[in-house]
Parts: sequence; C-alpha cells; structure tokens
Amino acid sequence: MNAPDTPPPAEPMVRFDSVTKRYGALTVLDSLDLDVAAGEKVAIIGPSGSGKTTVLRMLMTLERINDGVIWVEGEPLTHVKRNGDLVPADERHLRRVRGKIGMVFQHFNLFPHMTALKNCMEAPCTVLKMPKKQAEARAAELLAMVGLGDKLQHFPSQLSGGQQQRVAIARALAMRPKIMLFDEVTSALDPELVGEVLNVIRKLGAEHDLTMLMVTHQMGFAKEFADRVCFFFGGKICEEGPPEQLFGAPENERTRQFLSAVLEAT
Amino acid sequence: MPLRPLVVCAIIAFTAGLVVASFAGFREFLPGLLEGALVTVEITIGGSILAVVMAFVAAIAKMYGPRPVRWLAVTYIEVFRGTSALVQLFWLFFVLPHFGILLEPLTVAILTLGLNVGAYGAEVVRGAISSVHRGQWEAATALNMSRMRALRRIIVPQAVVRMIPPWGNLFIELLKATSLVSLITISDLAFKAQQMNQTTFRTIEIFSIVLVFYLAIASVITVAMRTLEDRAARGMARGRT
Amino acid sequence: MIWDWEYTWEILPVLAKASIVTVEATVLGFALAATLGLLLAILRMSKSGWIAIPTAGFIEFIRSTPLLIQIFFVFFVFPEFGVTLSAMTAGVLAIGLHYGTYCSEVYRAGLGNIPRGQWEASTALNLSGYHTFRDVIIPQAIPPVVPALGNYLVALFKETPLLSAIAVLELMQTAKILGSENFRYTEPITLVGVFFLVFSLITAAGIRQVERWLGRRGGS
Repeated sequence: MNAPDTPPPAEPMVRFDSVTKRYGALTVLDSLDLDVAAGEKVAIIGPSGSGKTTVLRMLMTLERINDGVIWVEGEPLTHVKRNGDLVPADERHLRRVRGKIGMVFQHFNLFPHMTALKNCMEAPCTVLKMPKKQAEARAAELLAMVGLGDKLQHFPSQLSGGQQQRVAIARALAMRPKIMLFDEVTSALDPELVGEVLNVIRKLGAEHDLTMLMVTHQMGFAKEFADRVCFFFGGKICEEGPPEQLFGAPENERTRQFLSAVLEAT
Repeated sequence: MPLRPLVVCAIIAFTAGLVVASFAGFREFLPGLLEGALVTVEITIGGSILAVVMAFVAAIAKMYGPRPVRWLAVTYIEVFRGTSALVQLFWLFFVLPHFGILLEPLTVAILTLGLNVGAYGAEVVRGAISSVHRGQWEAATALNMSRMRALRRIIVPQAVVRMIPPWGNLFIELLKATSLVSLITISDLAFKAQQMNQTTFRTIEIFSIVLVFYLAIASVITVAMRTLEDRAARGMARGRT
Repeated sequence: MIWDWEYTWEILPVLAKASIVTVEATVLGFALAATLGLLLAILRMSKSGWIAIPTAGFIEFIRSTPLLIQIFFVFFVFPEFGVTLSAMTAGVLAIGLHYGTYCSEVYRAGLGNIPRGQWEASTALNLSGYHTFRDVIIPQAIPPVVPALGNYLVALFKETPLLSAIAVLELMQTAKILGSENFRYTEPITLVGVFFLVFSLITAAGIRQVERWLGRRGGS
C-alpha cells in the first residue's frame, strides 16, 4: 500500500481509449482519446454535431460505443475483464460502475409525478437501499444546498426552469457520484434563470471533490470555472488546454472561427 | 426489428402451420369447415356493404340533416352502439316474428351486423369528413357549388382516403361478429366447428384450424384495405396539412 | 304494440338476479384483462426479440379471431388435459384474455408516450428496470389511458351475453330460457337490450366526466 506522503496514483478518473461511435454511416466520434483527472473540471465546447453530447451520453451508458474502451477509475466501464480479455459489459457490470457517475440533463427530466423531495429520494431508497428517514434527511439537505429548502413538497410543474434544474442537480448528487456530467444544463433556461444554476455548479466545484465534465455554450462560465477546455470538431478534439490559453490565444483556425462566431451571438 | 428472432419465429409459425395441415383430421374436417367459411364470407361481405351504406347515411344525416332526421340518426347510432351485436341478433331473430315480420336467418344476420357496424362506421365517416381541411369547403363555396355537390365531389373523395384504415378495423370486427350467427342456427364456420366438436371432441385440432381460417380471412381484408388505400390516395400528397 | 306488462313484472326479479351474474363476469373479466394487458404490454416492449416477437404474435392472433371461438376453445380444451372448468371460469378466462390483448394495445400507447428523458434520467440514477417501471414509468402512463380502458370495460360488459353460448346463467341466457318457457321472447330480450343500453349510456357519460376531470388535473 502507498505510504501516507506519496502522491496519489496518477491514474485518470475517466479515460476514453480510441472510442468511436457511429450512427449508421455517420461517424460521430472518431477514435477519441480523452483523459480526465480526479477532481478536474473539464468544459467541452464545439459546434452542434461535433460529438460533444455523445461523449457524456456514452459515459453515462445511455449509448453503446462501437470501438474502443472507456475506463472509469482504472476499471473498464464499457467492457468486462474475462480471462484477461475485454468483452462487452453486461447490464450487471454496467449497473455497478454506473453508480459512480451522475448526470444532469438539458431538459431536466425530473419525475413529474413526484415532489422535489421524492425526486431526490427515489434512487437512494431503491438503489442504495437507504432507509427512508435517512434518504429524506439527505434529500432535504441537498435541496437546501441548492437553495430550494422551502420547496421540498413542490411538484416540478410548480417550479421555474431554473428551480427544476437545481432539483435535478440535487437529485444526481443524492447518489454520491464521483463524476458529475452536465449536458448543456442552461441551454433550455430563460436567460435570467441561468445565473442561479451556474452559481450552484460553482458552489459544487468549490465545496466538493467532484470530477466534472460539462458540455456548455456559456463561454464566460467555462473560462472562469473550468480547469481545462476541450474544443470538439468533427468527432475529434480539435484543441484543448487551460481556458486562458484556449480562449485567449487559440492555436487552431477552426477554434478561432468558432469562438468568434459564438462571441458575435452574445 | 431484431432480425434473427423474427426469422426464427416466422419459421416456427410456418412449420407449425405445416404440422397442423398434415393432421389426418385436417383432411377430414376441411370440406365441412370450408362450407362454413363460405357462409361466413358471404355474411361478411353482405354485412360490410350494408354497414358502409348505413354509416354514410347516418353520418350525413347527423351532420347536415334537418332536426328530426338528425335525431333519428343519433338514436340509431346510440342504440346500436349501446347494445351488443348478440343482443341485437337475438332481438331481431326472436322478437321480430312476434310482430309478424318473418325473415330468413341469413337476412337477419346480414341486417343486424350491417346495422351494428354501420353505427360505429358513422362515427368514422363523420370524423373523416370533419378532418378535411376547411379551405376545401371555402374553395367550393367560392366556386358557387351547392352544399351537396361540394360534399359529393370534393369533400367525400378526400375523406374516403382517411377512412380506409379505421374501416379496415371495422370490417375485421364484423368478420369476428359473424361467429355469433352460429347461435341463431346459421351454418357458418363457428357453427360447423361447434357441430364437429360435439360429435368428435377433437377440440384442439378443429378450433386451431378454425382460428387460422379466421386469421386468413382477416389478413385478406387487411391486404385488400391497404391496396384500396394506395389506389384511393393516388395523386394526393399524404401526411398532415 | 303488443306488450304484456304483467309478464314483464313477473320476469323482472329473475332478470335482476341474472344481472348480478353479468356484473360478476364483467368485473372478474376486466380485472383479468387490465392486469394481463399491462403484463403483455411490458413483455412486448422487451429488448429481447425472443420475448417481444412471440408476444406481439400472440396479441395479434387473439385480437384478430372471434371471442366466441376462444370461449369454446377454453371451455372444451381444458377437460382434455384433465381440468374441468366451470362455464363461468372458462368464460371469464376467455373474455379476460381477449380483452387483455386490447388493453395491452392501450397500455402500449400510454407507455410509448412517456418522454425518453424519463427513461434516461432513470438510467442516470441507476434505477433497476423494475423500479423504473414501478415508480417512474407506470404512474405516468396509466392516468392518460384510463378513459380508453373504461371504453373497453363497457365493451367487455356488452359482450358478456356471449357467455350464454356455454350456458352461463347471465342475462341473455336467462332471457332465452324465460322466452322459451313462456313462448314469449319480446319482453325478456327487450328488457335485456334496454338494460345494456341504459347502462352503457350512463358509463359513457361517466367516462366523459373522468376524461374532463383528468384533463383538468394533469396534462401539460
């Protein structure tokens, strides 16, 4: 075992190893290699169709990959080790590793027939087998953390978009993931509600030791919050680096084009 | 559709069909059942024609007729939809003679089923006519067409295309309802099946063949409807407007 | 009109008793249909083709063939395997199975209307298939389809006279017996017709109310 004062292993929390995803004749991700270190905050930007959302969806096992392997915390996610070979994972293995990852969706996907509190209790009770009282307390705590302590008994239809998204964040956190995925979580919100959601994410980053991957169009936020920015184009990472470098002095022509187009729109 | 299970199941179904056909019983039962099937088809066709006629009459009466005619149509529709085909069959078979009206059982069968399905069909016709775009009416009025002419030449032809799938379902319902006539002593497929069953008690064989027969006739109806739909929709760009 | 009122009052109590059998058959048959339908719908949605396709074939087969034949089949087949079913049991089984396939189509539409995001959120939260269905999908799928299920309840109710073919002593069978005993069919069969008509008109209005009530509560 490691001696207490040696640095932790430099194994990445997430590793995409030559991952390819095709939809019929269309190649959405082309032999992607991507490493994310533990506790790192990565912003993924790029034009639509560049494969950015697919990266998150495959990590969350919402889509199957066609080629390559995804590793999570040193363990294969999409495959299982059998007699030294890697074979495609079965549902049981997926469910085991999936527990380390949580996701917040662009359209919230809250359960409309459950209150905010119940939304956050459902999975801990049925999956983590947490006792009801404990799950309830934890859910209330998380909802308070995202600023909705007084809205526990409200249904999603009674909440604004920003509030719903904050509930969605609390719901994902209730499962104690190590990795949090944010899929364009402010894109479906009215502009004045974007700030409250970004604040919660900021708070998460500061107070918790989470690895975070976010697909976003909020360049300002990415610049201030992310440790690293990846610019996707045509299914590959076109350029990546610390935000000051990518936003300040992009090396690639495509990156420059994209950034100027985005800045024009704002 | 996952291909492999589909192919395997189709092969199993086909082989099962061959096995059923090779029952010695199959050759034994076939002539009698075919006779019954012929009667079934006869009633289905007769009933379907009557149903279509009744449906159009009732729908147009309900939508465009003067008050008393409209009331009549609504009563017809509600009564025949509110009671089941069997009740109607028995009523027309057992009760009409008391009023001096003596009809052949076959006539009673076609009349009842036609009136019954016609009542459901009226709703289909009404729905299809209503779904024709309002602009069509407006164009017809602008061209100074009378209501009836517009209906006959412009609206109904367009409504007919949309009607065909639901009518297909109704015809299959009618086919299934023909089995009821066996209970008023008509020698249809169901009657023959029960008759043979009572004498030989080879229930599984007989009824399996019979069910396949019905399935076959239903498939013919489905295919016929699909061809009709394609024929009727020729030239029209289909899809929502 | 030739109508014997004295005869009518005489037979009303007999018919009233028989109507209980009709209601019994309806309730049991529909209970079977509603549960079986949900099961069939879920099986049909299975990701495994080996389960989904035979289920679909089975549903189509039952839906496209006459209920009367299916009633005969159930009633006469079981004795060949040594199990004797009462006419009522066989009838309820057959009717429940037949209408179960109709209900499965209704459920299928309801389940299909659930937005994909709900399934994805359940996966993201690592909910098991069972819990996904039980807690997330089914509670959202059922309320919108209640009116359609209600329509099939009424349809099932109106088809109970078919059970007279295997001599279940429900309304139609009783009416026929009364008719043949007294050589007067008019009154019994008309009364049965009126009974069904009144009942289905009331339930149709009731279902419209339920639709209105549901539309006001849920719905986006």
